[in-house]
Amino acid sequence: MADSLTAGGASQPETSATVATAAAKPAPVIKKRRALPSFGKLLPFIGPIALFIIWDLVVRAGWIKAILLPTPAATLIALVNGLAGGPLLLDFLVTVMRTLEAFLIAAVVGVPLGVLLGSNERAYRSVEFLIDFFRSTPSSALIPLFLLIFGVSDINKVAIAAFGALLIVLFNSAYGVLNARKQRVMAAKVMGASRWQIFKDVLLWESLQPTFVGLRSAVSMALVIVIVAEMFIGSENGLGHKIIDAQQVLNVREMYAAILAAGALGYALNVVFIVIEKRIVHWSGR
Amino acid sequence: MSVVISPKLKHEEPVVPFVPGPPGTHITIRGLTKYFAGWPLYEDFNLDIPKGKIVSVFGPNGCGKSTLINMIAGLIPIDAGQILFDGKSLADTKIGYVFQNYREAMFPWLRTIDNIAYPLKLEGKSKVEINRRVEELVASFDVKFDLNRYPYEMSGGQQQTASIMRALAPGPEVLFLDEPFSALDFEMTLFIREKLQEVFMQTGTTMMLVSHDLEEAVYLADEILLLTKRPTKVAHILHYDDARPRTVETLTQPRFIDAKKMSLEIFQTEVRREATAQPPK
Repeated sequence: MADSLTAGGASQPETSATVATAAAKPAPVIKKRRALPSFGKLLPFIGPIALFIIWDLVVRAGWIKAILLPTPAATLIALVNGLAGGPLLLDFLVTVMRTLEAFLIAAVVGVPLGVLLGSNERAYRSVEFLIDFFRSTPSSALIPLFLLIFGVSDINKVAIAAFGALLIVLFNSAYGVLNARKQRVMAAKVMGASRWQIFKDVLLWESLQPTFVGLRSAVSMALVIVIVAEMFIGSENGLGHKIIDAQQVLNVREMYAAILAAGALGYALNVVFIVIEKRIVHWSGR
Repeated sequence: MSVVISPKLKHEEPVVPFVPGPPGTHITIRGLTKYFAGWPLYEDFNLDIPKGKIVSVFGPNGCGKSTLINMIAGLIPIDAGQILFDGKSLADTKIGYVFQNYREAMFPWLRTIDNIAYPLKLEGKSKVEINRRVEELVASFDVKFDLNRYPYEMSGGQQQTASIMRALAPGPEVLFLDEPFSALDFEMTLFIREKLQEVFMQTGTTMMLVSHDLEEAVYLADEILLLTKRPTKVAHILHYDDARPRTVETLTQPRFIDAKKMSLEIFQTEVRREATAQPPK
């Protein structure tokens, strides 16, 4: 019985793998099932490859004029050249910097404030409407307001992105605390934990996972607003500026290269956050 | 007859003088009242829980078995009444509590061993003391699995074993168990049941066990507390004093069967009885 107790969790995949290989000869059905995953790994590439093929066909067949849409190969070359020391690299880095600055402000202010509001339900209820209202307001609609306050400056772009991201972080952290598993709180209480101990030993940990969800959405939001701000608030650099600039002179290769760069940046930020989240909130989903 | 002069006296609640339980009483419950959604669950409920015994709580659905131990353990506030542990209040009493849902009772961000040590940390014990106590528990539970894993990496039975260890770590005066076996398979249930009995024989800790399985309730109990339908009263307190350790053989012995049969009869009488209270329309 004790042995059956020890075997569990981590060691299980190994055992099932050995069982599968051992049984492979008499039962080829199992072999087939094992062959599937290697093909499964390729599945994610099918979508992008299909998109590139269709894109290429559309341009080659002349359905869309080449002056409006370059071939994917030409776009990729422009992207790689631009990022490998070309002018696109500076725009890319500037956008990364602004996004990260805005995100950091949002996180440093939003997480503690959210956790604090969440641990005091009355306080949260009294500002809930404001948070929900401004969270629902497209931040880009507030650009004129921020222009009045900060003028046409670099700070303006970061400030408005930080504002939009802040509300998301705040909301998620607060709800993380508000929705902490009641039973864990009770367990701590029955063991004699004080209110402060319950807060730091249970509520804070319980809020980590929703907080990470908030941070991940916040960094995406920050990127969106930074790009929009770069497009419409006088700017000399950044991906948003680059896209608008290239569009004005119909340099479609560079325009699409900048769009792809923005997309890649957003995707990479998301992946980085998922990896960090899995490391820190290791119990999530289990 | 003297009239009440001071208005202050009016607010001093207990008009009924406090009646202590018989010798050997650990927990005295007097005038316990609890309303749920406007109708009474408990009304002027009195009970004495003996010291150093296992009391199984059994009764019809919705009679508030878990609510009773949750009120005693201070997890649910009471509307009126008094609950004392050896004459002390809950605040001055060390208790342990084992939840049915171990998954949501353990802290998944702590390793299992730190989960077990957590109540000791709350008490401000030194590292050496904590380690010594945890080793003691590991020895007495004869733990064969790796406590350095996280709770979610272990089986249900291992997690529930760990949560019982956590509840016992500070050496509580009373251990509450709310359907601790309901989420476990039969093999684990037997295993933990034996462990619990062993611990009880070693320590003599007063235990209150809520169970929905009559056999399990009788098997572990010194006293079976049978409750009525709402508003809940004590239907009967059945004594079952077979020697410990009780084993699988116990389950087929006439004394055990008699105790079980009697409990069942009382239970069925209570289930058939018309409810005396109806929810407000």
